[in-house]
Amino acid sequence: MSILLNKETTFIVQGITGREAVNLTRECLDYGSKVVGGVTPGRKGREVHGVPVFDTVAQAVAHHGGPVDGSVVTVPPAFTKDAVLEAIENGIELIVIVTERVPRRDVAQMVELANLRGARIIGPNCLGLIVPEVCKMGGIGGPAKDAAKAYAPGPVGVMSRSGGMTTEISSSLTQAGLGVSTAISIGGDAIIGSAYAELMPYFEADEQTQAIVIYTEPGGRMEAQLSEWVKENDSRLPIVAFMAGKFMDDEEMKGMSFGHAGTIVEGKEDTATEKIARLEAAGIRVVERIDQIPDAVKEKLGVAA
Amino acid sequence: MRFYEYEARKIVELAGIPVTKYGFCTSAEEARRAAEEIGGPVVIKSQVLSGGRMKAGGVKFADTPEEAAEHAEAILRLEINGHMPRGVLVDPKAEVKQEYYAGVVWDGTAKRPLMLFSDMGGIDIEEVAEQHPDHVGRGHLSNLLPIADFEAKQAIAATGVTGSQLNRATPILARLARLFRDHDMTLAEINPLAELTDGSFVALDAHMEMENEAVGRQKVLLRKQLEIAEDDTRETYEPSEFERNVAAIDAADHRGVIQGKDHGFEGNLGLVIGAGGGSLTLTDAVRSQGGKPANYSEIGGNPSVAKACGLAKEVLEKDGVEKIAVMMSIVSNTRVDIVARGVIKACLELGKDPAETIAIFRIPGAWEEEGFKILDGYGVEYCDRSVSMWEAAGRAVSKIQGAPA
Repeated sequence: MSILLNKETTFIVQGITGREAVNLTRECLDYGSKVVGGVTPGRKGREVHGVPVFDTVAQAVAHHGGPVDGSVVTVPPAFTKDAVLEAIENGIELIVIVTERVPRRDVAQMVELANLRGARIIGPNCLGLIVPEVCKMGGIGGPAKDAAKAYAPGPVGVMSRSGGMTTEISSSLTQAGLGVSTAISIGGDAIIGSAYAELMPYFEADEQTQAIVIYTEPGGRMEAQLSEWVKENDSRLPIVAFMAGKFMDDEEMKGMSFGHAGTIVEGKEDTATEKIARLEAAGIRVVERIDQIPDAVKEKLGVAA
Repeated sequence: MRFYEYEARKIVELAGIPVTKYGFCTSAEEARRAAEEIGGPVVIKSQVLSGGRMKAGGVKFADTPEEAAEHAEAILRLEINGHMPRGVLVDPKAEVKQEYYAGVVWDGTAKRPLMLFSDMGGIDIEEVAEQHPDHVGRGHLSNLLPIADFEAKQAIAATGVTGSQLNRATPILARLARLFRDHDMTLAEINPLAELTDGSFVALDAHMEMENEAVGRQKVLLRKQLEIAEDDTRETYEPSEFERNVAAIDAADHRGVIQGKDHGFEGNLGLVIGAGGGSLTLTDAVRSQGGKPANYSEIGGNPSVAKACGLAKEVLEKDGVEKIAVMMSIVSNTRVDIVARGVIKACLELGKDPAETIAIFRIPGAWEEEGFKILDGYGVEYCDRSVSMWEAAGRAVSKIQGAPA
């Protein structure tokens, strides 16, 4: 099994005629994903790699002839909120927002509506999610042949605030013979649709997943939220965490943003040191080095390294 | 984007929150006239984007317009934490009965704005929250529904405030909450919010920050009402020459994105690295193994050869840089061969031997075979994904400093 996606998952791409979206559509189709339509206002009647393009989400859903499961949204920041609201109001329940630089107020509005309608948002500022050899939704892992090289099926669920590091870590798990159940690039912004703790119940319910790896950075409180979730829910899943950006704890780096919009130390709870302490207090193993992740997972799973 | 106090005052005033009759002045003469107009004792406050004004001598009291002019003269010339003031604010010395705190921030976990109110104003709210939690009232706001006055009333009443104080403070907190949401603020606080001896409430000091991503859609407030110039971006520090040069190279070509920072770095190993998370991981890996990075950088989104070359050249030309390490996490969009071409071109154009100058090249992923072929041609050491980011960083460090002990 897997979380959020399976072999039958259908999705559309909003903003499908953009350069990045055309590539992403090609990659997803090659990987075997069911891309059933695309939306770009004013471009109805075109095709992108055989995928029909519509003016509205409603038209795309009608053409499919039944509910569409998901949407990948890759439109400019000023139009992102409208695109996501359109998807939600047309019954789409899983929305991946690729777009960067979407103002917080817009993200918070989208998330609040998604909660009311029972939809889930991944991102913004993310590369999407992938279930190895089953489905890829978004640019995660790149072209199908590259994604195949980095992602083999296995017992580890991966969640990462960095899209690139999702693939780097998954590749190291694949090389170590472990593999991945579902890998999710959750996004690098201060407010995102789904933080670690909000995705944990899905992994908890997934039989294939036996361990979790998270990649994290300074800024925000989502690690504290995960620590609380782990303590309150007596999770069966061991978690291994890697914290990047420890250099940002230096006094002269305070208030500077590195890497992602959400990666900025504003208060003392935001620092790498503070976050590592919180994660460890919840029984989460925090590895010092990126290359120690596979062995730490094997140790947690009781597999010989 | 940060605001000066005089601008933050104007923002709350535009939202219908009472403020004192203040004047923003850029000369001693203006300060004298402002004090005359106000009449009576005044306070003169330095307008800088830095905390610790009081301690640094940037806030002074005056009883006469002449004294106000003297203080303004001195404060206008006083640098505070590396910042020169933009002017001074001349404010009547208020007859304060009690100080309150009113603020709105984002709660990233709840994904909603959070109102905060305290009857212990004038001091740092985090300190109050820690030491007197029952003196802080809170309330989350919807992002979709209109903000109602009762929500503010609830937060205030939670601190035990009642009577006319409750009724006077309620519209102020509600208006602050609305302006926070309407104007894409990340922080909006009035501290202190003062109850004067006549029972009226005024905002004596305000602090505002707006989300950079939203600046484009707040033009009416920023350009028309506050008259802030387009190029007045208010970075937290003055960008270095390296940072300006890299930004210029990035802006000259729309393909891909490069970024460079060297604020706080002064080592001998130049870093040409990417992308967001990869750069953070690699910078740590270099430092943890005893290396001294000369800079931080990010490459992403498939930049052109010229852009990769430009970044590498800027790094190589920094004082003290002996070698560069070219490293990224596995790439799927950015092409390995293009980055390889770019960094080799940079070495050659500066008359340096790529094999000597590039300590390590570790970029696995898209077009790696082509990239590695190019590197082979120049004898540059490279590695693929079988060498971890940690190990690659370690190899680069040992080339400069010898093998780690």
